[in-house]
Amino acid sequence: MISLVEVQETNKMIREMNLDVRTITMGISLLDCAHPDLAVFNRNIYDKITRLAENLVKTGEDLEKQFGIPIINKRISVTPIAIAAGGVHTDTYVPIAEQLDKAAKEVGVNFIGGFSALVHKGFTKSDRILIDSIPEALAVTDRVCSSVNIGSSRSGINMDAVKLMGDIIKQSAELTADRDSAGCTKLVVFCNAVEDNPFMAGAFHGPGEPECAINVGVSGPGVVKRALEEVKNKDFETLCETIKRTAFKITRVGQLVAQETSKRLGIPFGIIDLSLAPTPEIGDSIAEIFQVMGLEEAGAPGTTAALAILNDNVKKGGVMASSYVGGLSGAFIPVSEDHGMIEAVQRGALTLEKLEAMTCVCSVGLDMLAIPGDTKKETIAGIIADEAAIGMINNKTTAVRIIPVIGKNVGDIAEFGGLLGSAPVMAVNPFSCSSFINRGGRIPAPIHSFKN
Amino acid sequence: MKGIITVLGKDKVGIIAKVCTYLAEQNVNILDISQTIVQDYFNMMMIVDVSKPAKAFEALIEDLQGIGHEIGVEIKLQHEDIFNSMHRI
Repeated sequence: MISLVEVQETNKMIREMNLDVRTITMGISLLDCAHPDLAVFNRNIYDKITRLAENLVKTGEDLEKQFGIPIINKRISVTPIAIAAGGVHTDTYVPIAEQLDKAAKEVGVNFIGGFSALVHKGFTKSDRILIDSIPEALAVTDRVCSSVNIGSSRSGINMDAVKLMGDIIKQSAELTADRDSAGCTKLVVFCNAVEDNPFMAGAFHGPGEPECAINVGVSGPGVVKRALEEVKNKDFETLCETIKRTAFKITRVGQLVAQETSKRLGIPFGIIDLSLAPTPEIGDSIAEIFQVMGLEEAGAPGTTAALAILNDNVKKGGVMASSYVGGLSGAFIPVSEDHGMIEAVQRGALTLEKLEAMTCVCSVGLDMLAIPGDTKKETIAGIIADEAAIGMINNKTTAVRIIPVIGKNVGDIAEFGGLLGSAPVMAVNPFSCSSFINRGGRIPAPIHSFKN
Repeated sequence: MKGIITVLGKDKVGIIAKVCTYLAEQNVNILDISQTIVQDYFNMMMIVDVSKPAKAFEALIEDLQGIGHEIGVEIKLQHEDIFNSMHRI
């Protein structure tokens, strides 16, 4: 039987260390909604989403109560719209984004992801329409998230798409200039995007996914931090073992919630994504974990090694706890959503270049960082190209979610509000990469892609 | 189905009595009780059988919360699975 000590441990994690289920994300295929007429297509997707997700929020709230653990977000991911809407006769997908927004509001989810295109090898006509629609779509909707996959280890990097995304990010920033360019907080550029990621803004329901699936994201930087406080000054083996054990326990809770959600909704369980995802709250920070590990600030020498340890051991603990670990699983390092990272930037400990190095070993990439609004679109494309190259060569997912804050400069603060937090504008290397980016074409697949 | 009740707060007369009376009224059987008191701080756990309660599980959760509020302690009822999944393989 369960002991008092065990019960206390679990409840302490929830009460004092911000243990929560970060998101229950329902993945929905929109492939059967295809129709050449935009109005019919829009009706089809609205009907399908609101039918399947009707009880999603209610079920999440019921489980939250029954198990006594917060389930913070309920979300939806859909088939990349560039694929689902490929047969629609139209030259803009903005009305589709508006329809997704409407459906999300109807069922009460706070984000819907999948206004996306997969262009790692080249563009279809539909991909072009989608990407051109992104800036306006993000400006006129509240809950729609967009992502574009521009490279993969298997096929190389589509540099035309990289260049285009530099421009699209800039346009998104300009269209939402009155809100500190917040449109860009809902736009992710990926290399090696995963098809079952439950976390926003990069979630979409990949073409290899079933009709509908429940994917659950669990988090708990606070729990890991507290566990590491108990083993201060101990050796690396003890450090790794502690992270692994903690990750195991956290993932088991996610597994329970995922299975129960799946059972109650009658929808198959997809994956658990165990990602240490910080929130702006004190005690829910990745940077604080670095400090407990022995670094003065995030960004100090040793940070990349510390992050590698964290990311690897989170995965090891998670894999042991659930048969279906997927998504991005690891440690996220968004700047604006982590008060410790913000502090590190403000103290001059953390720079864009150090963050780039850290993305070689974290689970995603350059996330939620603000740069000066007058940064050139080619420079943004250069940052995307660097990040994609790291992903392509290292067989990992990398991403760029960067916000050129119109009208702001290094040292200013951009406010995005709520979960998205606020970010200090960071300096960007001023030297030009325009001639490199303007070459156009595609970077061929790396040598290690030839595995057959 | 089993539930876990935890009570946390400053120790005083009648905490267990109050909770047990309510559980009896709701046809909830107590299977196990353990408690500790550290520096006047009352920490109790009950394992209860909630297979045939008079009210729905959600309603029991709310009632117990209410009782806790009345006597100035925190009372939680949770499905046992959250603890089993975390601490048992």
